[in-house]
Amino acid sequence: MHAFIDYIQSYLSSKQTPGAAGNLFWATVYILLVFGGLSVAVIAMNWLERKILAHMQVRLGPMRVGPHGLLQPIADAIKLLLKEDIIPSEADKFVFWIAPFIVVLAAFTVFVVVPFGPQHAITDMNIGILFMLGVSSLSVLGIVTAGWASNSHYPLIGALRSSAQMVSYEVAMGLAVVSVIMMTSLETGTGTLSMIDIVRSQQTQQEWFIFKFFPLGLVGFFIFAIAMVAETNRAPFDLPEAESELTAGFHTEYSGFRWSLFFLAEYSAMIAVSSIAVTLWLGGWLRPFPNALNGPTWDLVFSLFPGITFLLFAAICFYNTARMPKHPLFRIQTMGLAGFGAVLGLIGLVLLIPKVSVRVGDIYWFVAKVAAFMYLYIWYRGTFPRYRFDQLMKVGWKVLLPTGLALLILTAVVAMRTELWAQMTGALRP
Amino acid sequence: MIPTGAIPAGANPPVATTFFFYLLAATMIIGGILVITRKNAVHSALALITTLLAQAALYLMLYAPFVAGVQIILYAGGIMVLFLFVIMLINMERSVKERQFNKQWLVGIVAAAALGGLFIAVYTTTTKGKTLFPEGRLLYGETDNTQKIAGLLFDLHTGQYMFAFEIASLLLLVAIIGAVVMAKKRI
Amino acid sequence: MDFMLHITTLHYLVLGAALFLLGVIGVLTRRNVVIVLMSIELILNAVNLNLVAFSRYWQGIHGPQALHGQVFAIFVITDAAAEAAVGLGILIAFFRNKETVNVDEVNLLKW
Repeated sequence: MHAFIDYIQSYLSSKQTPGAAGNLFWATVYILLVFGGLSVAVIAMNWLERKILAHMQVRLGPMRVGPHGLLQPIADAIKLLLKEDIIPSEADKFVFWIAPFIVVLAAFTVFVVVPFGPQHAITDMNIGILFMLGVSSLSVLGIVTAGWASNSHYPLIGALRSSAQMVSYEVAMGLAVVSVIMMTSLETGTGTLSMIDIVRSQQTQQEWFIFKFFPLGLVGFFIFAIAMVAETNRAPFDLPEAESELTAGFHTEYSGFRWSLFFLAEYSAMIAVSSIAVTLWLGGWLRPFPNALNGPTWDLVFSLFPGITFLLFAAICFYNTARMPKHPLFRIQTMGLAGFGAVLGLIGLVLLIPKVSVRVGDIYWFVAKVAAFMYLYIWYRGTFPRYRFDQLMKVGWKVLLPTGLALLILTAVVAMRTELWAQMTGALRP
Repeated sequence: MIPTGAIPAGANPPVATTFFFYLLAATMIIGGILVITRKNAVHSALALITTLLAQAALYLMLYAPFVAGVQIILYAGGIMVLFLFVIMLINMERSVKERQFNKQWLVGIVAAAALGGLFIAVYTTTTKGKTLFPEGRLLYGETDNTQKIAGLLFDLHTGQYMFAFEIASLLLLVAIIGAVVMAKKRI
Repeated sequence: MDFMLHITTLHYLVLGAALFLLGVIGVLTRRNVVIVLMSIELILNAVNLNLVAFSRYWQGIHGPQALHGQVFAIFVITDAAAEAAVGLGILIAFFRNKETVNVDEVNLLKW
């Protein structure tokens, strides 16, 4: 028993990821935390997307279930779980059954290497980014088999579109990623594929890679940002599930629990690619200006951010509580919203404690950057009209791919020039 | 003849190597049997994907993480998607109902059995009490596998496979053009 | 029993040989071209497994720089990609002309 407690405590002092420390207990805890947090994030995204889209279209969105529809995703989840699970009689039963699980497994496994902080990752592989791209590309297998196993026309067309789209955009995505990997080799001489080391090299180079070799880093980021929307089959590139053309694409025949697995996979894949973008270009867990604005004062200021964010949410809740209709029918809803605000405020107060804010600071900045991407996704969906399939292919192969190749060559040339210049002047390394 | 290196700092000894080896090996063998016995090509493809992923895990156990990553991204994510795509493009309904094995299947099995016998003979050969392939224990891994492979492929001083790498890219170019010429109706 | 419990290079070689045999049986006996191509992939993978296992063994003797087996495995994967692309291209052309995917029906030199 004593040894077990020592085993648990020994990790806390070792500034490493549980995978690197080889600590099975903490690895399990981290896995449960990350996957649980992911599921909560997907549920929250469901509500946020409906609300934000509604407000963009000057509607109210879900308002009935809970105050401001806050309990709507839970009601949806219960509905989906209780719904009858239909398997078409002509479907290939086994493949139809296993396809959603392939998609969910691929979307969740990716999070093994996502670095929420220097020690807040399940593990750190030295092929981190390769692993992420590879495993997230496995989800296309699930989509293709789902479309094929349904034995129906719309799903099959959706699956073929989806595989063609994902395979072609993966190329552009890979080129953009390689340009970043090239940038990691500056100053140290050896590049890296590890997610944590990519962020560390942004810290040592004192620059987020989006600003590196302006405008090369920015171009790479834009290529990735376009490709990742296509990769996750979201608007404006949501042709595989375009309602007006294919009813629902590859998951037309799915219902109930299996359909909700596709939903879960789609949103966690969105979070996964956003975390790749944040790690590679936006400095991962680094707070803004970690090198320029350092020192105890600035550290204190930036450590207040997590707490203040939650207090802000709490304030919004209380403001809306005050605006609730005074009718007695709304009493429970008003109390619920006030209680929710109180919980958020309490979390905010806890996060203001210095010992806590030091530990969660990294996670806060990472999640905040990913949340910005999630908002962008919703914004795209509310703004852009859907592409035609030939236009989509044209953008992928005739615009993004040549740009990516040019970017790769230019990055190599500029990086080489910088290195040579540094060697000649002896400014950086002997 | 048991090379045992020192464990580098920061590297963990693998957990339950024996168990995972046999689990993955069983997955691979069952997957392989399913590939060559299923009627439906999609089922075969799914079995092959299982085999490939289990093999990627074995690469990780052999401390070849880069090869494992390439295996997942290229084989499972690239080549197998191509296979599935083609299976769906060509209508396979007829071939599911047909005879699955060709007429010389018996000859094929006999030839394969002969090859298997050869393998067994080679692996059990002992000279002076030692097998032909020494049963070396595997070492614990180091962490810069990817960088070392890159060194062998690209580095000016240590890159002895640079020329082969260029030839491989030429091969891929030829393959792309060949595939387009073959598959397109009118060029 | 000790020899079953400690996983050595030989275990990987035997696994590779078994996969190779499965691939050979698939190539020699199946009629469906797609499955023949998949069996070829099995064979290439068996080779790769051997190469990586040998690379591991070689590292034990010549130090961690000796990664030649892994480099070879990467070349084999490249080759497999090229082979799959061309093979499936041929398959599509073949299917378009003869409406079949069986190898033993390709018995004309010119169509």
